Amino acid sequence: MATPSKNLVVLGAGTAGTMVVNKLRRALPASDWTITVVDRDDIHDYQPGYLFMAFGTNSPEQVRRQKQPFIGHGVVLVLAEVDRVDAEARIVHLDGGRELPYDQLVIATGTTPRPDQVPGTLGPQWHKEIGEFYTYEGALALHDQLAAFSGGRLVVHITEMPIKCPVAPLEFTFLADAFLAKRGLRDRTEIVYVTPLDGAFTKPVASAALGTMLEEKGVTVEPDFMIERIDQDRKVIVSYDEREVAYDLLVTIPLNMGADFVARSGLGDELNYVPVDKHTMRSTAHPEIWALGDAGNLPTSKAGSVAHFSVEVFVENFLQLASGKPLTHSFDGHANCFVESGHQKALLLDFNYDTQPLTGHFPFPKVGPMKLLGESHANHLGKLAFRYVYWNALLPGRPIGLPADMSMTGKNPV
Amino acid sequence: MTTTTIAGHDVDVNEEGFLTQPAQWDETIAPELAKLIGLELTDAHWTLIRFLRDDYAVQGETATLRRVSTQTGTPVKELFGLFPGKPAKKMAYVSGLPKPKGCV
Repeated sequence: MATPSKNLVVLGAGTAGTMVVNKLRRALPASDWTITVVDRDDIHDYQPGYLFMAFGTNSPEQVRRQKQPFIGHGVVLVLAEVDRVDAEARIVHLDGGRELPYDQLVIATGTTPRPDQVPGTLGPQWHKEIGEFYTYEGALALHDQLAAFSGGRLVVHITEMPIKCPVAPLEFTFLADAFLAKRGLRDRTEIVYVTPLDGAFTKPVASAALGTMLEEKGVTVEPDFMIERIDQDRKVIVSYDEREVAYDLLVTIPLNMGADFVARSGLGDELNYVPVDKHTMRSTAHPEIWALGDAGNLPTSKAGSVAHFSVEVFVENFLQLASGKPLTHSFDGHANCFVESGHQKALLLDFNYDTQPLTGHFPFPKVGPMKLLGESHANHLGKLAFRYVYWNALLPGRPIGLPADMSMTGKNPV
Repeated sequence: MTTTTIAGHDVDVNEEGFLTQPAQWDETIAPELAKLIGLELTDAHWTLIRFLRDDYAVQGETATLRRVSTQTGTPVKELFGLFPGKPAKKMAYVSGLPKPKGCV
């Protein structure tokens, strides 16, 4: 007699969730595993496109698709809000009372900007004098805010780390500098970069290189700034140590938090991220729960590239698990991030848990064609082309020719 | 990395003065480290320092400012009052722990 089919439930059909169900559906016999993926809506956005939407480089139509066509044949898609996970009983409770029992559970519900967490953000000037580009609506609004901007103080502000795509605020700053120069407004604009970090970025070599770029572009950096509140009437942001930074247009990166159901289920840390083993993405509390993409607490960037590389490692391990073998694959924290720097150029950062972003060439020594931690037009073209790769290869779970492990090939050691 | 003597203990410190071996720390060292950054330790400081040490022992990494605030029920504003300017770094420094990462 055949053994009864097992249930794999994946919460979230974003980058990580979609890749995982598509890869596993192809690899696991339908008679052995039922694969169900749950999401609250049928909208899939190419999130790196939000930045380009703000500057009019990507149209909204290029950024937004339906989810359902990306979910492979044989995967059950359920559109519902998750109420909570009962990890002891191994049941996902959905809003409206439906229950999904699981043998293995993947939490891939990402991280979400939470402007409600800093007092004064969601006032009458939200999406007007205070903008953001971490949501579709925010990017649309910011496009109009930038078009109407006539000079003054443009303040780019990060609330707290970690944030999704930690290089995006720098990219916004570089692109805003170029955008304003092109419109003849740069001389009439002071750009201020306000960060809770002690420099431009989190890793020393990259922080120095990116800090120099900010300096060359005439951007003032306000480091170690922990925001307490926004005063919309006086148009200032106020820190806990009572520093004030005045703005005419504030572009803020709100606090990022994991999904609320993670907290309700007792599965999260103080920012609702699921604590996981950093090499296997397995919950440290429940061995049948895994967190992929931005939903876990991996000590690396919350980025699509990390979702991609870690999903590949997870899938290999899951297939071993499904056939009763020990798990032998280990994620190294590999991230690969393009940083748009304006004027049709971009930088490329490639790093992992142990190796910070270094200078050099990627993927081949000397010839590249991509340049690491330096500006080039090829990097910019790579970034623009990635949207196509994302929709056509990455989400369907097809190999795109980048190994999951970081390579030192082409990198210049410190 | 260099070795220095604090409160009669030989300790290894990095270029920013943070202890690199949390095990070399004990409670006699904290007041000396605090003095170096201009702080006089009160009971309120000690509650936080002990939380940081205990949490590090379990988690293997230094608690972020948010974690200290939520886990000890201390408002962030108060943490800024106790460790002015850069509370996350100063708490870690006095507690003999690495700078909190939280930043990747």
